[in-house]
Amino acid sequence: MFYREAGQFKTSYTADEAIFPILQDRFFIGAILIVAFGVIPFFIDDYWANAILIHFLVYALAALGLNILTGYCGQVSLGTGGFMAVGAYASYKLVTVFPEMNFIVVILMSGFITAAVGVFFGLPSLRIKGFYLAVATLAAQFFLVWLFNKVGWFYNYSPTGMIVSPPREVFGFLVTGPDAHPAARYLFCLSFVVVFAWAAKNLVRGRIGRNWMAIRDMDIAAELIGIRPLEAKLTAFAVSSFYIGIAGALYFSVWLGTAEPTEAFDINQSFFVLFIVIIGGLGSIMGSFMGAAFMVLLPITMKSIMVDGFGFAVGAAKHAEVMLLGSLIILFLILEPHGLARLWQILKEKLRRWPFPY
Amino acid sequence: MKFKMLTRALAVVAVALPVATTAAEAYELTIPGTVYRTGPYAPNGIPWANGVADYYAMLNERDGGIDGVKINYIECETAYNTKQGVECYENTKSAGSGALAYQPMGTGITYQMIPKASEDKIPVFSMGYGRTSAANGKVFPYIFNFPATYWDQASVFVKYIGEKEGGMDKLKGKKIALVYHNSAYGKEPIRVLEEAAKKHGFELMLLAVDHPGQEQKATWLQVRRERPDWVMMWGWGVMNQVAIKEAASIRFPMDHFIGVWWSGSENDVMPAGDDANGYLSGAFHAAGDNFRAHDDIKKYVYDSGKGTGDRDRIGEVLYNRGVVAAMWTAEAIRTGMRIHNTKEPTGEQVRDGFEALDVDAKRLAVLGLEGFTYPVKVTCENHQGPGKVGLQQWDAKAKKWSFVTGFYEPDDDIIQPLIAEDSANYAKENSITPRSCN
Repeated sequence: MFYREAGQFKTSYTADEAIFPILQDRFFIGAILIVAFGVIPFFIDDYWANAILIHFLVYALAALGLNILTGYCGQVSLGTGGFMAVGAYASYKLVTVFPEMNFIVVILMSGFITAAVGVFFGLPSLRIKGFYLAVATLAAQFFLVWLFNKVGWFYNYSPTGMIVSPPREVFGFLVTGPDAHPAARYLFCLSFVVVFAWAAKNLVRGRIGRNWMAIRDMDIAAELIGIRPLEAKLTAFAVSSFYIGIAGALYFSVWLGTAEPTEAFDINQSFFVLFIVIIGGLGSIMGSFMGAAFMVLLPITMKSIMVDGFGFAVGAAKHAEVMLLGSLIILFLILEPHGLARLWQILKEKLRRWPFPY
Repeated sequence: MKFKMLTRALAVVAVALPVATTAAEAYELTIPGTVYRTGPYAPNGIPWANGVADYYAMLNERDGGIDGVKINYIECETAYNTKQGVECYENTKSAGSGALAYQPMGTGITYQMIPKASEDKIPVFSMGYGRTSAANGKVFPYIFNFPATYWDQASVFVKYIGEKEGGMDKLKGKKIALVYHNSAYGKEPIRVLEEAAKKHGFELMLLAVDHPGQEQKATWLQVRRERPDWVMMWGWGVMNQVAIKEAASIRFPMDHFIGVWWSGSENDVMPAGDDANGYLSGAFHAAGDNFRAHDDIKKYVYDSGKGTGDRDRIGEVLYNRGVVAAMWTAEAIRTGMRIHNTKEPTGEQVRDGFEALDVDAKRLAVLGLEGFTYPVKVTCENHQGPGKVGLQQWDAKAKKWSFVTGFYEPDDDIIQPLIAEDSANYAKENSITPRSCN
């Protein structure tokens, strides 16, 4: 009943090719965007911005990037943390070497630099597949973190190897540094995420995305029908790294403001983003957001309920939180191996038939 | 905190607990503690957290708080992780009457807090850790890192080595290795040691150990091959115990092995057993529970079952470090309250208290901590205090740490220019105009 598309006639190809062909979806997405852009900025405070929303947006963007590579093109990557580090250090070098550069350009350039690095580390994917490729990308993770820790040029020879994001403005509003208003920082991240989510959605529906999916489903068959694996795999690495690089740049410059490579971009970061993608749903844009919401918001919610609500000791609450989160992940994967996106789809189908299920 | 209120409301609805009534209580001094009782560094984080919590609890029970105003100490778990530290900071900074001081307890989290807390006007007391150049109060008005920094400590270790070798000129041609945690924390002393190496002509060998530090075979193989005369260590957590065990296994003389003050607690030496005998570490306060303050903690806190840890572990090195951190914080708040003649201080007023902090021997005696640490005086320009460091040695038979030296003065010829340079860089990068201190 809620999701019936009966009566919604398409009279042109453009209407048929729309991103959200069903009216209800358009309303739903429209409402989310209106709330995100029009309502939240008026109520946001430091806690909501730093602990929850920007945190969520950054990981959603990183998951989107990894989903393009792993979910759509089928290339397993454990190098996400390393690629985020490339984005972060690129943005740091750009803002400190060219202080006059527009900050939006800085973020985009960081994305392009990461894309180039990603393509380089994607080259082995032409020869090796599956677990072996995962190991090769793991090497990228360790190499990049080691590099940023070792070579002083990347952190401007600061005595501790820590990088600190200097204050920068966009359209006259500070978006980095401690003085930046939480709403400005939130809107800055949100705009990037919305634009790139929209781009990704279109990309995966088009020729390039179909090439990726063909490679993912069966690379030999894809080659036989004329898809060049070199082009498909390397574009997937490039686009994916571009997204991850932007996520890394936002992660460092807008969200945390400081970073040291061994902690901020360690292997756990790669696993964390991979878990988001798996729990959210491989090969789903929506899934990246749902996975990020699950992995980022759930622990904070659980902590707030246990510590602030019930007054648990913080250590005990943390242990309980880790156990609960682990069990929930296992539970979700048993109930629905295709992730939260698939659950959402099932829910939509049920809503469509409601109240007459069969 | 809307989010907190929401969850609180949810909890109230769900179980009908009268939690929300806390809002109506009298003014309390809110001090958040970002602690870690979980994660890879928990064994070291727990005794520290217990020391802080017990000292505040003791003040509340014995004196009714600070000058009669109760302390509301809120713990927040960070697992030594910067991202969780961010959440903790934002969650606690406006808790109760507003946070009055932070002890971030981790270099990464300190760096993260420095710009934010300065903006929110909440003092950060990173006691002997964090950003060394925060010693320059003109650039970092809200950050305090007394009683001494890592740079002070590195220079004192060089002094001690020179003394043992029979004079600073004897350092020429000697080889000193630094085994360090490969993070901002571990890298902190390198610059000073490099300068010292230039000044005194010894050779510096840098050996990085990656987080969490369980794998050090290669590091110590290198030590065995290169045979440095002395080894210094900047380690934390499990890295310390592994390093001491590895050093013992290559028969490196323990009395030529000096750890930073975060590498000198019972947790670190116990696993190596008798082999750890003679191991040295930096310190600025005593170990043991033979002080009146400890008796008061036992009497007022543990006897009524309010203690946070094990009674037998009171007086361990890291527990005492928690006590001394809580003591200085409490004294700073007290000083701030007296300067501004208020019972409800703000973060800014507490900052003034930190800058006027003067805990001399007489005050220590009043607090029941005579001889526990050295007198500390903080000023507007100088946020690092006297910078004195002593060395303590582990006696494996008696299972006791005890001081083997007095407190050395740091080598300010090396350190002061570096502090000026690094804080000037920070000021430039973040467009801060250093304030005047007159």
